[in-house]
Amino acid sequence: MLVWTTVKAAMRSLFANKLRSFLAMLGIIIGVGAVISMLALGAGARKQILGRVTSMGTNLLIVRPGSNPMGGVRSGSMETLRLEDAQAILRKVEGVWQLSPLAMGRAQVTYTNQNTNTTVMGAAGTYFSIRSFEIEKGRPFTSVEEERSGRVAVLGSSVAELLFGKQDPLGEKIRVKTVNFKVIGVLKSKGDQGWFNPDDMVLTPHSTAMALVFGQIHLNEIDVQAREGADLKEVETGIEEVLRARHRLRPGEENDFFVRNQAEILEMASSFSRTFTILLGGIASISLLVGGIGIMNIMLVTVTERTREIGVRKAIGARNKDILRQFLIESLLISGMGGIFGIGLGIAAALAIGAFSEFQTVVSLGSVALALLVSASVGVFFGLYPARRAARMNPIEALRYE
Amino acid sequence: MMLETRGLKKTYILGETTVHALDGVDVDIAEGEMAAITGPSGSGKSTLMHILGCLDTPDEGTYILAGEDVSRLSGDQLASIRNRRIGFVFQSFNLLPRLSALENVELPLLYGGRKDARGAAENALATVGLGDRMGHLPAQLSGGQRQRVAIARAIVTDPAILLADEPTGNLDSVTGREILALLGRLNSQGRTVILVTHDPSVAASCSRQIRIRDGRVAEGD
Repeated sequence: MLVWTTVKAAMRSLFANKLRSFLAMLGIIIGVGAVISMLALGAGARKQILGRVTSMGTNLLIVRPGSNPMGGVRSGSMETLRLEDAQAILRKVEGVWQLSPLAMGRAQVTYTNQNTNTTVMGAAGTYFSIRSFEIEKGRPFTSVEEERSGRVAVLGSSVAELLFGKQDPLGEKIRVKTVNFKVIGVLKSKGDQGWFNPDDMVLTPHSTAMALVFGQIHLNEIDVQAREGADLKEVETGIEEVLRARHRLRPGEENDFFVRNQAEILEMASSFSRTFTILLGGIASISLLVGGIGIMNIMLVTVTERTREIGVRKAIGARNKDILRQFLIESLLISGMGGIFGIGLGIAAALAIGAFSEFQTVVSLGSVALALLVSASVGVFFGLYPARRAARMNPIEALRYE
Repeated sequence: MMLETRGLKKTYILGETTVHALDGVDVDIAEGEMAAITGPSGSGKSTLMHILGCLDTPDEGTYILAGEDVSRLSGDQLASIRNRRIGFVFQSFNLLPRLSALENVELPLLYGGRKDARGAAENALATVGLGDRMGHLPAQLSGGQRQRVAIARAIVTDPAILLADEPTGNLDSVTGREILALLGRLNSQGRTVILVTHDPSVAASCSRQIRIRDGRVAEGD
């Protein structure tokens, strides 16, 4: 029997029961729609995270103090990093192009009657290029201001807007904790990066932040930028050697600091987003399973209803496999059409989520192909039992069925 | 012989009792004959028809159809025999409601893998006098017309035997006579026709009557 004839017959029987066929499809439509939109959400999150990590700057290594071992429980950060450590790294480690020592913390920032609690970032002038910050207006701080603990500040765009509104902040005096700073520049907006919003901060020279704002002699972080083409792994080893020597760590003793390079951060972020995608996709595929059960239910009803037709077809020469094929094609059509509508629904949902929420969504061709494949397999898998039942009917009993 | 059975036996177990539906049936039907199989209900008439129609196989005995032993075939082999050798006409027509008359008649040819299905089906419908109703759905046809479509479907594969099970049972007497006349005409063109009926007046239209009683042939010819 020609496949096309069978497909035509199956289409006809689906159209003869429009509502029932639609309801059978609905489960698959919703299931596929959910899978597509969830995978799109996952892929969007991945793209967003990778984008953020990349926007941190290239060839970046981050040195942070180790956490405090207290009776086996690690809590808080040690105060082991010093300005001298940063200077030693710059001097001694091969492949280091520039670095910025960082001292940071939250502080109250005031201008006239406006005030906000924000991150105060004590950094070197190199920080702007290491982290690819651009100056919207004004200028970054100079090395003279860095050395002499100049009371100058560069504002993140949202801080500037909050404190000054439409007014030009350049040259104005703001107060950080109890210290007055002169605003010399405003950063171009970078957008929220999830764990850290670079628009919501005030940059000052690190010496000023350490001495006047936080009153600390340790650093919270050193951002190191390697030379273009340098081996990040080698630079990392170099930094470790210099710091271990400076901190007089004996061989075998654990580092009291740690170094992360951007590749590791990327790896971490992408493995996180992969887990996230699998989780979302997994939850969504449960609804596909439910859709499949719905198809099986409808197909069982259809087979019972058409027992007599099966008897007639067998009497005039249909073999078991002809009957099997007929009902399999029917369930495949239900799930396949459900899959196609579901893809439409999923793409629409993904676009809607992308447009009306803060999440990005990316519908990949792969997820569409996967959804089609899965819905077809659902049709075959859940259609197989009803189809076999039809195929194995005894023609005499089937012909007698009322 | 077109059809030849020897010692056909078929036994059913219904609960505690064993029913000998067929208890050694010998039947010979020659090519071109028109025979009626008659008998009261419970006589084994239906069981014999199922076996002659290759819908079922006997427990014992042999059945030779058009020179081929078909008594021990598998389900799919029987399906192929039914497709090529047997044309069924049922009491309740048994047309597929969503297919047009032409498509119903084409169906056996499609299952047989024939390529000229359309033309052969058109010829068969013309033979039964429905050349002008090919595109109609069964629901748009009268009872007599539906039975004619069923007969066209039965002869379209040019089978060895035409097996009609109470073909007039659902028709009024005038239409019933027309259908019998059509079967008679097909017989006179050389087709072997077997009618299964409990109606003596229908059986009387056949040249030969095979009476079944208690699973045996109680022949009167």
